[in-house]
Amino acid sequence: MAGAANWFTPNPKQPRRPVLTRACIALTPPVMDHGPAPLLQFVSVTKKFAKVAAIDTINLTIRAGSFVALVGASGSGKSTLLKTVNRLGDPDLGQVLFKGRDVRYGAQSALRRRIGYVFQSVGLFPHMNVAENIGIGPRLAGNPASKERIAQLLQLVELGPQYAQRMPHELSGGQRQRIGVARALAGEPQLLLMDEPFGALDPITRDGLGKRVRALHDQLGLTSIMVTHDMAEALLLADRVLVMDGGRIAADETPHALLTGKGGKIAQALVAVPREQALALADMGLTNQGPNNAG
Amino acid sequence: MSDILAYWASMGGKLSAHVLLAAAALALGIMIALPLSVWASRSRPAARIVLGLASLAQTIPALALLALFFPILLSMRAVFGDGLPTLGFLPALLALTLYALLPILRNTITAREHMADGVIEAADAVGMTKWQKLRLVEAPLAAPYIMAGIRTAAVWTIGAATLSTTIGQPSLGDPIFAGLQTQNWALVLAGCLASAALAMLADTLLGVIEKGFAERKGWMVRGGIAIALAGIAAAAFIQRPHNDNSIVIGAKSFSEQYILARLIGQRLEDEGYRVEYRDALGSAIVHEALTSGAIDISIDYTGTLWTNQLGRKDNPGRQAMYDQIVQWEAETSGTKVLGRLGFENSYALAMPRKRADEAGIKTMEDLARKAGRMTLGADVEFFQRPEWFAIRDAYGFDFARQRTFTSTFMYDALIGGEADVITAYTSDGRVAADQLTVLEDTRHAFPSYDALILIAPETATDPRLIAALMPLVGAISVEQMREANYQVDRLENKKSPAAAARTLAEALARSLPDPGAAPLARKALKNGADITR
Repeated sequence: MAGAANWFTPNPKQPRRPVLTRACIALTPPVMDHGPAPLLQFVSVTKKFAKVAAIDTINLTIRAGSFVALVGASGSGKSTLLKTVNRLGDPDLGQVLFKGRDVRYGAQSALRRRIGYVFQSVGLFPHMNVAENIGIGPRLAGNPASKERIAQLLQLVELGPQYAQRMPHELSGGQRQRIGVARALAGEPQLLLMDEPFGALDPITRDGLGKRVRALHDQLGLTSIMVTHDMAEALLLADRVLVMDGGRIAADETPHALLTGKGGKIAQALVAVPREQALALADMGLTNQGPNNAG
Repeated sequence: MSDILAYWASMGGKLSAHVLLAAAALALGIMIALPLSVWASRSRPAARIVLGLASLAQTIPALALLALFFPILLSMRAVFGDGLPTLGFLPALLALTLYALLPILRNTITAREHMADGVIEAADAVGMTKWQKLRLVEAPLAAPYIMAGIRTAAVWTIGAATLSTTIGQPSLGDPIFAGLQTQNWALVLAGCLASAALAMLADTLLGVIEKGFAERKGWMVRGGIAIALAGIAAAAFIQRPHNDNSIVIGAKSFSEQYILARLIGQRLEDEGYRVEYRDALGSAIVHEALTSGAIDISIDYTGTLWTNQLGRKDNPGRQAMYDQIVQWEAETSGTKVLGRLGFENSYALAMPRKRADEAGIKTMEDLARKAGRMTLGADVEFFQRPEWFAIRDAYGFDFARQRTFTSTFMYDALIGGEADVITAYTSDGRVAADQLTVLEDTRHAFPSYDALILIAPETATDPRLIAALMPLVGAISVEQMREANYQVDRLENKKSPAAAARTLAEALARSLPDPGAAPLARKALKNGADITR
């Protein structure tokens, strides 16, 4: 029992500290906050689809350097909330402030070039090779990436430089998503948005790439927001978990707090699933019996 | 086979005109379809409207679509002035462009649905502007689909361009229509094969370009485009404008018109004129073409002009009708009616002589009594013509069945028993050859159909041309015309319209000194016109 609980506790030998190197000054902070300056603020953000609120009056502050997981059932509004940040879907009401400035101020394309975006279907451009896919952001910004830079970005996602000339259709699903991550990082963004980034991958690839992304988050001093329906993934990777339900934030806790029973009924129902799976697996290991013989 | 080769050798002008027309229509179609489909791919209602309209254009038969542009352009003269051409290249171009739109539009719009998941989302997310997204992602990914659409459009356009013959635009349809009319199958085949070969060539060439796009091989794209442009340039070189004043002779789509057009053309060539023929013009189009100067000379018939142009339903008698038409043409457009050729090509109802005798049918009144058990076969326009309403009402016809045939096949249908009675033409060679009885029009319900030479207002001011044609006035008897028509229409030992026209000219030269010949023609002879050449 104690062993199973530890499985979900962040390793105390690797403390996840917010990296402060890029902390910035909020120009018009509507919500006063202590500690590191907020990189991202949601102020009364509401968006409706056909009169049903997909996200309902969300107020949220995300500090620079944090790794935030947005967890919830499908339809809970987590992707919709994420897309208000890089304006793939503007809210009906409220504001999203990025570094203190409303994201709707200025050109959409310029904003997006400063924000990395990784999503489930990856969306590699099928007519461009890997190097061209990774280098698209810098190219659009008028500052094409060098061969060395491409190799460096490939190395970040643990791929060799020989991948540069491959075409997307020659890659496996996991390799494609690695390229997707490299593309998102090519513009040296401060903010990385991920929408079910590992949802289509097999468990082993998923685990490896998840760990890699967390390592890059720490190494590059990123602020990351990851949408996932998988609570285990959220607990393992994030240092702050937001549970969404019906367009509202149902819980806002650290993984540790959630594992110790905080966050309310909805959050605990989500935490219960991986915990019970882990317990069942642990029991099977102890008794050396299959599930049919258990109990 | 050798016939076909010989026809091909003489088809350079038609082929190059065909290439230019199809290429221009395709180019214009692409220029319109691409921006439209960009718009349509960004808005669902726009896609629905654009595709709906393009499909609608596609449902109109190409032949009708071509003909429809004639009245449209005519009405647009109110805005653009009388210089706007209503026949020939412009309406053919517009109609074929409409035809080319649908495949390009449909493929371009659906190309977006074929794009891999998330590509558009990724293009937005990496910070592309709308223009960059179009240029860097949407256009390259849609290019193979667009090319496939262009290929389809090219094949359709090249095929449909053969129909532009009917609105006075030279094309590979000229030999097809002429061959169909005169049952010269070698000529039909030569035209069809040339058109099909052109379509296949264009399809192959565009296929190479499409492959080049799909596999991102620049040399294939550039090579394909270069060869296509070279072909178009060669066609343009052949079709380069000559700065001469050719006399354009129009002909409707039947043998008699072809023969008379050649008869007139040969005389004018002997006088040193350069002559062009616009064959197989639609009957409704030929008069407007003449009065607007798109063609210089046409042959028409009093009854046709009376009902179609003057809009009259009464029948004042042969001479009064002619006089009023001459006056009406002079007053409304300045078109000159040079005179009557001397024969009538009237509508008549005809039956095989044997069956008519058995049934005791001699007149249209006899026929009306037995119509309830009979099938009337007519040419494609007859049942819409005032002549049909006139005889139907005069005799109270109520046939068991009414069927339409192209005029070529009408006689075969009668012989084959698919029709019991047909609308024949009195000057048709097959009336005598097929041993038909022409039923007497006892109530004079059919108007008279004297063949006339009409000359466009501008051309009518040329005294040398008038003098060259005057000898034909009153010179041709219905027997002579029947004989000439039969030489072209018969199945064996066929003559070309040009050859039949030469034979007819020789026959006229022999018969002209007769006292029965028209006084004007004799006067013209005295003035030095030489009909034997």
